[in-house]
Amino acid sequence: MAERSFTEEVKKLRMGDGEEFQGEGILAVTKALLQSGVSYVGGYQGAPISHLMDVLSDAQDILEELDVYFENSASEATAGAMLAASVHYPLRGAVTFKSTVGFNVASDALANLASGGVTGGALVIIGEDYGEGASIMQERTHAFAMKSQMWLLDPRPNLDAIVNMVEKGFELSEVSNTPVILELRLRSCHLTGSFTAKDNRRPDMTVREAVDNPRRDLSRIVLPPASFLHEQEKVNKRWPAAVEFIKKNGLNETIANGSQDFGIILQGGLFNNVNRALELMGLSDAFGNSQIPLYVMNVTYPVIDDEIVDFCADKKAVLLVEEGQPDFIEQNIQTILRRNDATVKLHGKDLLPVAGEYTPAAVTKGVHAFISKYGPGLLEGQPLPAVTTPDGDPRNPFTPRIDGDLVQGRPPGFCTGCPERPIFAALTLAQREVGEHYISADIGCHLFSINPPFAIGATTMGYGLGSASASALGAGGAEKRPIAFMGDGGFWHNGLTSGVGNAVFNENDQLLVVVDNEYSAATGGQDVLSSQADTPNRSTKHPIEAAVRGIGVKWARTMTNTFKVDEMRDLFKEALTTKDKGPKVIVAQSECTLNRMRRERPAKAAAVKAGKRVVTERFGVDPETCTGDHSCIRISGCPSLTIKDNPDPMRKDPIATTLSSCVGCGLCGENAHAAALCPSFYRSEVIVNPGPWDRFKAALRSRYIGFLQRGIERRLAGLEPA
Amino acid sequence: MTIASQAPQAPQTSLRPITMAILAMGGEGGGVLSDWTVALAEANGYYAQSTSVAGVAQRTGATVYYVELFPRFDGDVELPYPVLSTMPTPGEVDIVVASELMEAGRAIQRGFVTPDRSTLIASTSRTYSMPERTAMGDGRVDSQGIIDAAKGASATFIRGDFARVAEESRSVISAVLFGAICGAGVLPFTRDQFEDAIRRGGKGVETSLAAFDGGYNVASAPPAVDIQIGVRPASAEAPAEDPSDSIARSSAGDLVGEQLQVQAHRIMEDFPAAARPMLVHGIKRTAEYQDVSYADAYLDRVARVRAFETDPDGEARLTTEAARYVALWMTYEDTIRVAFHKTRERRFARIEGESRVGDKDIMQVHEYLHPQIEEITDTLPTALGRWMLRTKWINALVYKVTHKGIKIQTSSLWGFTVLYLLARLRPIRPRSLRFALEQERIDAWLDRVCAIAPSDYALACEVVELQQLVKGYGETHANGMRNFMAIMDVLSRLQSSPDAAITAAKLRSAALADESGRALRQTIDALPTA
Repeated sequence: MAERSFTEEVKKLRMGDGEEFQGEGILAVTKALLQSGVSYVGGYQGAPISHLMDVLSDAQDILEELDVYFENSASEATAGAMLAASVHYPLRGAVTFKSTVGFNVASDALANLASGGVTGGALVIIGEDYGEGASIMQERTHAFAMKSQMWLLDPRPNLDAIVNMVEKGFELSEVSNTPVILELRLRSCHLTGSFTAKDNRRPDMTVREAVDNPRRDLSRIVLPPASFLHEQEKVNKRWPAAVEFIKKNGLNETIANGSQDFGIILQGGLFNNVNRALELMGLSDAFGNSQIPLYVMNVTYPVIDDEIVDFCADKKAVLLVEEGQPDFIEQNIQTILRRNDATVKLHGKDLLPVAGEYTPAAVTKGVHAFISKYGPGLLEGQPLPAVTTPDGDPRNPFTPRIDGDLVQGRPPGFCTGCPERPIFAALTLAQREVGEHYISADIGCHLFSINPPFAIGATTMGYGLGSASASALGAGGAEKRPIAFMGDGGFWHNGLTSGVGNAVFNENDQLLVVVDNEYSAATGGQDVLSSQADTPNRSTKHPIEAAVRGIGVKWARTMTNTFKVDEMRDLFKEALTTKDKGPKVIVAQSECTLNRMRRERPAKAAAVKAGKRVVTERFGVDPETCTGDHSCIRISGCPSLTIKDNPDPMRKDPIATTLSSCVGCGLCGENAHAAALCPSFYRSEVIVNPGPWDRFKAALRSRYIGFLQRGIERRLAGLEPA
Repeated sequence: MTIASQAPQAPQTSLRPITMAILAMGGEGGGVLSDWTVALAEANGYYAQSTSVAGVAQRTGATVYYVELFPRFDGDVELPYPVLSTMPTPGEVDIVVASELMEAGRAIQRGFVTPDRSTLIASTSRTYSMPERTAMGDGRVDSQGIIDAAKGASATFIRGDFARVAEESRSVISAVLFGAICGAGVLPFTRDQFEDAIRRGGKGVETSLAAFDGGYNVASAPPAVDIQIGVRPASAEAPAEDPSDSIARSSAGDLVGEQLQVQAHRIMEDFPAAARPMLVHGIKRTAEYQDVSYADAYLDRVARVRAFETDPDGEARLTTEAARYVALWMTYEDTIRVAFHKTRERRFARIEGESRVGDKDIMQVHEYLHPQIEEITDTLPTALGRWMLRTKWINALVYKVTHKGIKIQTSSLWGFTVLYLLARLRPIRPRSLRFALEQERIDAWLDRVCAIAPSDYALACEVVELQQLVKGYGETHANGMRNFMAIMDVLSRLQSSPDAAITAAKLRSAALADESGRALRQTIDALPTA
């Protein structure tokens, strides 16, 4: 069960002809798939395309009605390979994942797919995790498109354009026998807007019909001599077919061509930013009526030679707005212009940033510089965009207006009540006793350990590769062994073989901690093989410890409650000092709090309403005994454990305090014990709708305690004024 | 050419979108706020587009939600869907909403807030960042600095403790901020239209509307600029002076009961006015901790230092800080003190308030104690304590009982009785091992202060303030004491230098830089050898 429910959104997937669909970009794509008669969909969750997977998971009944097969792929490689169903059959298939990391994993399958080519439309929908908010290395998907020859669509960020591109993408794939990539930028996936829906379409052929009629064609299999033939086919047959389709269907756009003797070529995904830049100079309006000729590349690969040459024919200069590096498109266009002896001057990364996100500010500055050079007259009498005003101008946004020390970074971190926090608290305590160790991190929420207060983890080499990236340092024979982390998501994605199997086979001396929070939590709480939930369409509850033992690990322990910090700490110590050979595996298992709360909160509220006895717990700090040294925070970092003014007029340092967002996870108490912290923590239990026995006990206690307390106050009576 | 082409058209540059950036942290409902805004706009003749970076938003990090609104009609003519931006352009943002003060600072830093255009609506509440929280002393940034910057950076700055409004209406800050946006009058919609957007959302409508009302009132109250609410100071780090302080200066006796009148009289007679508020706190604290004669001993100690006061009519820093730190040291944290505070009536009342205990609910309180053998023997009479420390089987027994920590339910008969009896050990405290040791340390420290004061007043003040390092329990206390001693040891190397006080202050902040004492060792090693 994903952390967000899409019940409402699922209803939108049923919309028919003419209805107005309002919603998020990624949901519009989902609807577009159903409108395109897709036969099967797969993928691997990850920002920013998780919602596509989540909404389809929640839409099982619609998919069944339409006979569409949907799979939660084990990895992007699985998803890529799934498209093999479109090689011989006219089945339309789509897979989705985040890029470029997903593409790295999928590229073996996709390279093979692209070599033999496809019969049915094959669409790879990628969420480009680039720029602000991205969580991965900054690279371009463009390289994958070029190396395997897959067409790359980069539509304008509005829902109509995106939906249209899904449909056209399938057609393009079919006419050119080539898989097509639909690239959606991070914010495009989450932008809200509307488009006019069409009826959903049952696939012309379903996967069941296909498998009942087996087909094969030797010429499509990637093995010599066919593989050599494929390479020729790519350039001689598929490329020209694609170019023709793209031109005929007008997938790329020109705007205001002929109006100036210079123009701008841009990636479709950057259209809104370029238009905004022009708007700020008075050279376009909110409806995209640009005064400057634009060539909008909604298809960024292949680059259409004729269209480039035509657009440049009447111009002395063009500016290419191409985000990211290397400048593949700029190089490509230079080649085209040179081959055609064009005299136009091509600008690009000489006026725009060589690397980094093309934000509105970056684009505005570059476009302004370009127009200042080639059409300065157009700028006369027009407003100056704020980002181009001189320093000190009231409009200039870059004039420093606040002392940098007053604003500190606030990276994402472990949630309140996160069961992973105690793992790192315990490891911190264990390392105090057995010394610092080399720690290899992985991808997932547990990677938040690299930031304060834990500052644990030295490298992260990729999803599920935490163990593998500790392999050289686990050679053995040293006094210490490396510690590797891996999440349950990464474990099932590939870590079981790439990490655990590798360590067993090579007798690698490492401690592997598999953080099992019962979901692929960082991507939105999707189920994995070891999830504890009962789900109607998926097989779960496959224990990780059984898997590692099955692959040959001898030393394996499962901690079913990570909040027992002292036990966790002792287990770490044991695993770091045992003489046993081979990998040592600890499965640290507790449910993701975001998901648990999502399930339990409404249930609790309902129970309170129904008059049932409900106990709510939270932690607190006694201000009289807290001395404000904050060692409790340094071993936790919980967002609900913070500081406040010291109510004691004699003390200066702020004291620790808990916020009402505390969920009573128990870590503060466990830490107080395991780390021998101060006695200031208490846990309060509030019993709502108490039973008769509760009330009897409470009455008795209140009389006894009240009596003794009055005695205490009597001694103090003369100290305070009456 | 076969590509889709569009001929040039005259641009309508007079229409531009209303731009709004929302800076919030994960879990604060920034997404809900932008959803409400979109729903509000779409229902009332506007196109709206919002974007965010999900995922990050859910996991406590700072994030930006961005909304653009554009009129759907120009007179009677319906306009086509506009091209809207997915990201804010610095310098071009009309409305900036920040759920927290440092996030408002971030908006300024990123250039979203500019003095020509932006209305900044910010909560003055603080959600402290990790470095602020993990500092060993007070690592908080200065809120007033952010507020001053915000005044200068924005066209209009509307602020209030919106987190408190949310807390009071038992709602979330997003509803309060939505009310503040409405109250600020920066969007072309009526209050009814705003409230309808909340109603259509359908979740927690009543509490959200109450919170909305709170936010609306703050933002719409005159004057329209520079608003703050409540009696709290705008800056959490600069608390207003306690009104009782002026009473303490003129008639300390009014602030204490009849048992402490003699001591209050002595404060008025013998001590500078500036130090009196601290001394009043000090006599109450020491008397509560032990007894009235302990308060006398306290005044005797401060009086030693007072003799070297060179600024009795001004700030009297040496005496005031001595009044503070002598009291804190004399009321060192031991099990008796902890048990005393844990059993007091006012503590029970405070927890009930914090835990929001309803009339018919029942509250139970559990303590997490981890007494070390030393902390137990410390409170016992010296001979007994020494014997226990020496005796192996006692050590083993204590370890067995306590090494995993003890949980006690203070609200139970048994648990309360245990803590109550512990607190009742107070009369035997002066005969304990720890008591003797602490008195010795205090006097040694004050000897040092008195020796330095005649020649270097500023350094003497610094030595007094070194006591700040000694706090906490168990290992934290031991680390602090180790740092304190380390600095005391090198004092002689500073004494002749003209900037000895500055060096001492540097040593103290080095001691607060890390738990291991590494920074302090490095700073000490770098000192010139005398």
